[in-house]
Amino acid sequence: MRHAPRTAVELAAAVRAGNATAAEAVGEAFLRIRQADSLHAFLSLREEAAREEAAAVDRRIAAGEGDELLLAGVPVAVKDNIAVAGGPTTCGSRLLQHYVSPFDATAIAQLRAAGAIVVGKTNLDEFAMGSSTENSAFGPTRNPHDPTRVAGGSSGGSVAAVAAGCVPLGLGSETGGSVRQPAAFCGAVGVKPTYGRVSRFGLVAFGSSLDQIGTIGATVDDAALLLSVVAGPDPKDATSATEPVGDLAAGLEEADPAGLRIGWPAEYFGAGLEPAILAACEAARDRLADAGAEIVDVSLPHSPYGIAVYYTVAIAEASSNLARYDGVRYGHRATAADLTSMYLKTRAAFGAELKRRIMLGTYVLSAGYYEAFYGKGTAVRARIRGDFERAFERVDAILSPTTPTPAFPIGEKADDPLAMYLNDVYTVSANLAGIPAISLPWGRTPATADRPALPIGIQLMGPDFSERRLFEVGRFLERESPDA
Amino acid sequence: MREPAAPAGAWEPVIGLEVHVQLATASKIFCGCATAYGAPPNTQICPICLGYPGALPVLNAGAVELAARAALALGCEVHPRSIFARKHYFYPDLPKGYQISQYDRPLATGGALAIRLDDGSAKSIGITRVHLEEDAGKSTHGADGTRVDFNRCGLPLIEVVSEPDLASPREAFLYLSALKRSLEYLAVSDCNMEEGSLRCDANVSLRPRGESRLGTKTEVKNVNSFRYVEAALAFEIERQAAILERGEAVVHETLLWDAGRGEARAMRSKELSHDYRYFPEPDLEPLDLDAAWLAEIREGLPEGPAARADRFVEAYGLPEYDAGVLTATRPLADWFEAAAAAFDDPKEVSNWVMGEVLRLANERGETVALAPEPRPLAPAALAQLLALKAAGTISGSVAKEVLAEMVETGTGAAEIVRERGLAQVSDAAALAAEVDAVIAAHPGEVAAFRGGKQGLIGFFMGQVMKRTGGQANPQLVNALLRQKLAG
Amino acid sequence: MSVSSDDVRHIARLARLDLTDEEVERFRLELSTILGYVEQLEALEAGRAAEPAAPDHPLRSDAVEAWEDLTPLREAAPDLVDGYFRVPRVIE
Repeated sequence: MRHAPRTAVELAAAVRAGNATAAEAVGEAFLRIRQADSLHAFLSLREEAAREEAAAVDRRIAAGEGDELLLAGVPVAVKDNIAVAGGPTTCGSRLLQHYVSPFDATAIAQLRAAGAIVVGKTNLDEFAMGSSTENSAFGPTRNPHDPTRVAGGSSGGSVAAVAAGCVPLGLGSETGGSVRQPAAFCGAVGVKPTYGRVSRFGLVAFGSSLDQIGTIGATVDDAALLLSVVAGPDPKDATSATEPVGDLAAGLEEADPAGLRIGWPAEYFGAGLEPAILAACEAARDRLADAGAEIVDVSLPHSPYGIAVYYTVAIAEASSNLARYDGVRYGHRATAADLTSMYLKTRAAFGAELKRRIMLGTYVLSAGYYEAFYGKGTAVRARIRGDFERAFERVDAILSPTTPTPAFPIGEKADDPLAMYLNDVYTVSANLAGIPAISLPWGRTPATADRPALPIGIQLMGPDFSERRLFEVGRFLERESPDA
Repeated sequence: MREPAAPAGAWEPVIGLEVHVQLATASKIFCGCATAYGAPPNTQICPICLGYPGALPVLNAGAVELAARAALALGCEVHPRSIFARKHYFYPDLPKGYQISQYDRPLATGGALAIRLDDGSAKSIGITRVHLEEDAGKSTHGADGTRVDFNRCGLPLIEVVSEPDLASPREAFLYLSALKRSLEYLAVSDCNMEEGSLRCDANVSLRPRGESRLGTKTEVKNVNSFRYVEAALAFEIERQAAILERGEAVVHETLLWDAGRGEARAMRSKELSHDYRYFPEPDLEPLDLDAAWLAEIREGLPEGPAARADRFVEAYGLPEYDAGVLTATRPLADWFEAAAAAFDDPKEVSNWVMGEVLRLANERGETVALAPEPRPLAPAALAQLLALKAAGTISGSVAKEVLAEMVETGTGAAEIVRERGLAQVSDAAALAAEVDAVIAAHPGEVAAFRGGKQGLIGFFMGQVMKRTGGQANPQLVNALLRQKLAG
Repeated sequence: MSVSSDDVRHIARLARLDLTDEEVERFRLELSTILGYVEQLEALEAGRAAEPAAPDHPLRSDAVEAWEDLTPLREAAPDLVDGYFRVPRVIE
């Protein structure tokens, strides 16, 4: 790469001011994307459409209408489970390999209105189900810091695109940590909003009561700016929150952590956590304490059960949401002589992880097991939420690791689904509780003979609709981090 | 078609009906597609009702109101909170692979519908529950595959489940008729079984008379008229009775009614293992109904058919028979009342509505109604006609002709009578002259009449009518003839 | 916990998934492991799931909003005949 790419904040300001054009920005993005092709971050590019849209943005700027274009000319990578009209939305699956969405997700419509340009759709674990982007039907995405390792998942493509400097912004989706975990693995900022903060209309459903579109940037300001554009209530999504969005992105650097109470959750610092990641959390904690924040020990006693709850509740919803892929109205259909065979042969195109989750989810909901699994799962989920509510009576935000280990080699966890699932142990609780959370880069693990230095991510979680405060603390930590 | 068998003597039928009713909303339950019947296939569809990736449902307030109206009118307890649930099964006309319905937290429970049995007595049929759900598309099976039209997919339905209180196929028929009338009156639905806006699945079991425990039930589907429901139940009762008589057990299964053959056949048992895997619909919020809003709906409920018939007897002094005919449908009752408001002889209005107005409407393939346009004509127009008749300007038979022309051309009564010179002669002096002339011309008949042949009055009437071109006021002529012939 | 092959085949049928014998056995083991892990919830005292929060989203008013362009919806159909979506015969 020739020079460090501009941030979205800088680029949008430059385009609005006439010091840069959307056309240039988009052109540069496609160059960088091609250079980073070996990462396999993108599944499809929409070059012609992007250049037309960029030209339109430039015309609007020239006509003096640029002031409200918060993301004027900024190229964005969009995870391929978010509908962009007129182009592929494959969800990383052979079931939708040739499917073209007839509508935009609401978040995409908001991006367009802000002058952003979607340059392409990015790779993901099939239907967002996975923690490594190895479950894509179209091959894995590689980690920009070490291409023998995973980029994380399921939003691996969008995160890699941002981390590799192809584009300043990415949209991903979160159900169990799918934006934060890859962000931690690749050294980017990843944001999971409060459930309902961003419309789910046009986000292909996985775990409907957990899903949220998440934002990705190289900096906190960028990720916050993107969230401020896509957040807000939507009449097309009955689960979207009516809470007013407020200003999420301006003036974050002025905030001062003095007086804030930061929670240190006992259950997140036990066995299985790599020492370098623990050290990163401690360093961040100490910087906050030095700046006048109060560090408070908190307990989230139901944390150890997060994965188990997730694999009942979320997976049950997932199996239900996948029932519509039957070859009748759109997407892949296998040739068959009778209807049942058509269903069976068509759905045989799901990858192994999908089949596993469909089986698991169907089992959890099936007669005789519903109470023990789904029923119990939702009850414990309420307890997990209760843990956070109690903690937030005493603290304003909770600091923790994002993942127990850094990015692992491609193929390492392929044969052990449970081990793969346990990756999400620190991220999943926020999805279950519906609260917002962000992952921030904090240095690297030490390079060893076996392993290069790899990015570390630390996590902040806050009460419902506290994204602004998380961004403020995150902005402070960003200044203090080893990467600054 | 086989004749329904006589009731199986030692066995008592126990019948419950699950009726699906399409609500008369403008748009579908979870999307803005139109609901009009009869559109070309797959022209009233969108990504939401087609279950596209990323599509989400949003609940139609109009559907909620109609459902609440129906539940209140059926005497149910409407729950302040009800919850939608996903009901999973695979079928080509069910796009999402699940139907959004309600399961353990339905809209309403615990109501009743009164029916009038053939012997005149009343019976109350319990209603277990009323819940909201979406309709599926329509599948047509052919040799080259199954064709699916998704226009119907996503239409709002209420499912009305009765208690197993029905004791015979005839009661089932009466229950369906009463339910249809009640829901039509509320303008909740067209309740048109031919168009599919009302569908019925029947559950039936037998038990020894006097026994309180229920026997094994079977479910009969695919019955698309009230008569077929009656026939299918009769068939099934006979079939179950024969099994039980042989000392065997009835198998719990689902049967499809074949109207052509007049029999119900079991579906393949593999299809029966439905594990619907219900769980609460995560894409929709709970449905919370405000007590004040419910009270408003309850207050605004239109008069039901039975109450309206009673009022017609009371307020208009009509015989029960008339009241029954006139309240058969709400539009007809509305039409009658509008006419009765414009003409001060309700019995006369009733006779004409039950007679000529209904006949003319039927001939034209129309139903009597006030909206969207008055059909077959406006009530006030009938009132004008009846006023002319009452004033003696036209006779009853002429009035019938005039009415037919009014319906045909849309012209008013007075104009037609004037243009065609139909006003009858009611001038007593002029008529007296004609009567005198006829009497003078037929001395023989006069003598015969005076000698006892009273039937000859018809002959004299005919003669006067001939002389007056049919325009003599017959009552006047009759009176004059009798007066002068008595002479 | 142990899941039987019959369980696996039954679930696969419900979900319209076609599994080879090898897949049946593999899923049997995997599901047993995962469900075994999930079973730890059983021991927890958790009471009932929380009643959902009061809705705050307005309902849609009953007005027709036709989808403007039906062409892509028809063109997406794997088999469209005379305006109908066609699928292979349902065997009754």
